Amino acid sequence: MIKAAHFEKIRTLAVILIALVLTFLIIAIISDDPLRTISIFLFEPISSVSHLGNVVEMAIPLMFTGLSVVLLFRTNLFNLGAEGLFYFAGIVASTIAIHWTLSGWLHPIVAILAGALTGALLSAIPGVLKAKWNVNELVTSLMFNSILFGVGLYFLNYKLRDPQAFSNSSYKLQPSALLPHLIPGTRIHLGLILALLCIVLVHYYMYRTRWGYELRMTGSNRSFAEYSGINTTKVIITVHLLAGFLAGMGGSVEVLGMYTRFQWTSLPGYGLDGALVALLAKNNPLSVIGAALFLAYIRIGADQMARLSDVPAEMISIVQAVIILLISAEQFLKFWKTRMLLKEAGIRE
Amino acid sequence: METSPLLEITNISKVYPNGVVANANVDFSLAKGEIHAIVGENGAGKSTLMKMIFGMEEPSEGEMRLNGQKVKFRSPQDAIDSGIGMVHQHFMLVPSLTVVDNMILGMEPTRGFNIHYKEAVRMTRELSARYNLAIDPLARVEDLTVGMKQKVEILKVLIRGARILILDEPTAVLTPQETEELFKQLQALKREGHTIVFISHKLKEVKAICDRITIMRAGKTEGVFETSSVSEREISRLMVGRDVVLKYDKGDRKPGRPVLQARNLIYVNAEAKRVLQDVGFTIREGEILGIAGVEGNGQSELVRALTGSLPGAEGSVTVGGESILGRSIKDIRDRGVSYIPEDRMRQGAAKDASIADNLISMFYRLKAWNRGPLLNRKKIAAFSEAQIERYKIRAKSPEQPIGMLSGGNMQKVVVARECEAAPKLLIAEQPTRGVDVGAAQLIHQRLLEMRAEGCAILLLSADLNEILEVSDSLLVLYDGQFVAYYPDASQVTEETLGFAMLGVQRQSEAEVRRAIHD
Repeated sequence: MIKAAHFEKIRTLAVILIALVLTFLIIAIISDDPLRTISIFLFEPISSVSHLGNVVEMAIPLMFTGLSVVLLFRTNLFNLGAEGLFYFAGIVASTIAIHWTLSGWLHPIVAILAGALTGALLSAIPGVLKAKWNVNELVTSLMFNSILFGVGLYFLNYKLRDPQAFSNSSYKLQPSALLPHLIPGTRIHLGLILALLCIVLVHYYMYRTRWGYELRMTGSNRSFAEYSGINTTKVIITVHLLAGFLAGMGGSVEVLGMYTRFQWTSLPGYGLDGALVALLAKNNPLSVIGAALFLAYIRIGADQMARLSDVPAEMISIVQAVIILLISAEQFLKFWKTRMLLKEAGIRE
Repeated sequence: METSPLLEITNISKVYPNGVVANANVDFSLAKGEIHAIVGENGAGKSTLMKMIFGMEEPSEGEMRLNGQKVKFRSPQDAIDSGIGMVHQHFMLVPSLTVVDNMILGMEPTRGFNIHYKEAVRMTRELSARYNLAIDPLARVEDLTVGMKQKVEILKVLIRGARILILDEPTAVLTPQETEELFKQLQALKREGHTIVFISHKLKEVKAICDRITIMRAGKTEGVFETSSVSEREISRLMVGRDVVLKYDKGDRKPGRPVLQARNLIYVNAEAKRVLQDVGFTIREGEILGIAGVEGNGQSELVRALTGSLPGAEGSVTVGGESILGRSIKDIRDRGVSYIPEDRMRQGAAKDASIADNLISMFYRLKAWNRGPLLNRKKIAAFSEAQIERYKIRAKSPEQPIGMLSGGNMQKVVVARECEAAPKLLIAEQPTRGVDVGAAQLIHQRLLEMRAEGCAILLLSADLNEILEVSDSLLVLYDGQFVAYYPDASQVTEETLGFAMLGVQRQSEAEVRRAIHD
C-alpha cells in the first residue's frame, strides 16, 4: 500500500510525468515527425558516451548552485543571488588563471578558492542586511545580480579582453589552471568530484551537526530558534557565507573545467536554475544530485532535438515552467493525499 | 422534544494535509432553542467540528443538514447567510475602530455612496437594548475590557442575523464576575429563541447553563447527554477515559533560599504607557509563585523582561545572585532559567521539525550531546524515546513532525524540554492553556515534582482554578502594578481573586511588599 508519508515523492514524480507528457503533446503538435523527435529528446542524451558526458558536464554547475540555494531555502531565506555570484566568481577565477603563475596543482586550487571566497563575501552583504535590519533578501539579491553582472562585464571588457580574439572573450586561461578531465571522450572534469564532496559535506552539516540544527530551526520557526537561545542573526549570516561560497565555487569550477577563455557576455542562468534544482530536491542536499542530473538530461535532450529535428530547444522552458508551477501548487493532488490519509486512519475502506 | 433537529451532522470526517485526523465519523445534532455544550480534551476535534459548521474548513467526508435540507458551506459567508454565527476564542475585532465600525464591517448600511452612520448606531443601540448587552456604540474597541469586547463579538454575530451561535471557549479570558454576566445574557438569548453551541473545558460552567452535552474524545463523539443526567465526574471520565482528580495534595514545604529577585522593574512602551510600574518580588527554592491578572495588565511584559526579550526594561533582576536583566536569551538560559511560553505554535515549537529536534533545543549545544563536530544521535534518540514515554506523548516515533501532534501532546513536548533541563527557575506561562484535562494534570504534577526538587517556579495563568490549586503564594497584577499578595494561595477564593484582578479591591502597599521577602 502507498503510504501518505511518501506523498511528496510521489507528487514530485507525478509532476515530472505530467511535464513530460506535455512535452510529447507539444512535440506532436509542432513536429512533422513527432515519434522521431520524441525519441531524439528522450534517448539522444544516452546514445553515446559523449552525449552522456554532456549531461554530467551540465549537471556539475547545477549541483553547486542547487546546493547553494538549498541551504538558503532551508533557512527560509528566499535569496536568488547565486546567479550573480556564479558569474562574478567566474571572472575572479579567470583573472587568477590568466594573470597569476603558480605551480600546476596549486593554480586551480587558488583560483577556485578565490572565486568561492569572493562569492562568500559578496553574499554576506544581503545576509547582513537581512539579519540586522530585516531587509528583504529577495530584493537585495536580485539587485546584486544586476550589479555583479555589470561590474563583471566591465572587468571582461577592460581588463581581461583579448583584442586578438574574434568574440568578446578574455585572454586564454593558462593550461596549468584548468581542471583535468576525468573520462576520455567527454569533458567531465574534476569539478564533479568536488561537487559530490560538497553535497555530502552539506548533508552532514545540515542534519548531523549543531550548526545545521540551528540552521534548520531558524528556517522552520525563527521565533522558536530565538526563544531557544539561538543567535539567528549569526545563523543567517553564516548561511549566506556558505551559500555564496558554494555558488562562487560553482562559477570558478565551471570556467576552469569547461572553457579555455572566459566568454560569458550575459548571465549564464545557472543561479536561477539552482532554485529549480532546490525545488525539485525538496531542499534536501542529497536529492540535489538527482535533480541536477534530471534537469541536465532534459536540457541536453532539448539541445539535441533542436539540432536534429524541427522543434526548437526553447520548448524546454515550457516544460520547466510547468514543473515549477505544479510543484509550487500546494493544492495539486491534495484530494488524493486526503484519500490516502483517510484510508490509513481506517475511516475509509 | 423529539422533533427534527435544527442542525444535523452525520458521519463527518476531517483529515488535515499533515495527516492529523481531527474528526472521524462524527455525528452531532442541535435542537432548536437549546444551549448545547461540546466538551472534550484538546485535540478531541471540537474546534475542527465547529470550523466545519461555520464553513472555515471543508469536511473531507460526511454531510450536514440544516432544517432538514442538505447544506455545504464553502466559506464563513455561506454559514452566516444561513444564520450561523461564531464567536472565536481570540477576538476578531479591529482595535482602532469604534464598536459601530466593527459591527457593520462588511455589511454597511448605505445612503447614496456614504455609510449611513446614524442608521448603524441606531441598529447597534436597538440590538444592545433588546439583548441587554449594554455597550457604548461610539467607544473604540481598544479601550474596552475583555468582557465588553466579547459583547461586541456577540452583537456582531446577532446583527448578521444569526440564529445559531457558536461560542468557542468564551469564558477562557473572563473573570468569574464577567462569566456570570455572560451566562445571564446567554439565557436571555435562549429565551429569544436562539440556539447556542458552547465549547468549554470548564465542566462547572457547562453544568451551570447547558441543556445537553456532546462529549468528544480523540476525534469521535463519546455520547450525548441531558446535562441533568450526568455528573461532572462522569463527564470528565468520558472525556479522558479515566477518573480525574482535580485537587492536588502538595504537602507542606518550607521554601529555601531566594532564586529570582526582581526589584523596581519598570517598563514604558512605545506609546509612553507605563506598562510595568515599579514591581518587585522574590521566588525561593521550592516555591511556586502564581501571578494572576486579566490579560493585558503587564503579565506578558513581565515575562519578556525576565526572559531577555524586552529591551528597555529597567530595574534589577537576579537569578542565583547574578543579574540577568538585559542579557541575551542564551545567557539567561545558561544561568538555569527555563521558560514554557504562552504560545507554543509561535515560540514553543518548530512545527515541521521532528519531535526529537524540538526536544533538544535546550541541550544540543552542550558538550555531552556532541561528538566532535557531530551531534550524538544515539543520545538524542534515547532521550527522545524516554521523554515520549515519561510524558505519555502520543506519537508514532521521535522522528514524527511535532506539527502532527494535538495541542496537548505538543505542549507536553515543550514542558518536557524545559523541565528536563533541571532549571533553577522555571517560568511557566499558561502552561495548560488549550490543553485537555489529562495533559493538564500531567503537567501540573510535573511542576509539583520540580517544586519538590527545589526549583523556583513562576506560574502565570488565566485559569483561576489552576493558579489557586498549583501555586504556594499568589500575586495579582493590575494595570502594571501588584495590587494584592497572598502568602498562602489555598486560603484564597475565586471571588476574592476576581475582585483583586478587576482592581476593585486593593491591598495596601506594605501588604504587597511582603512578596519581596527581604
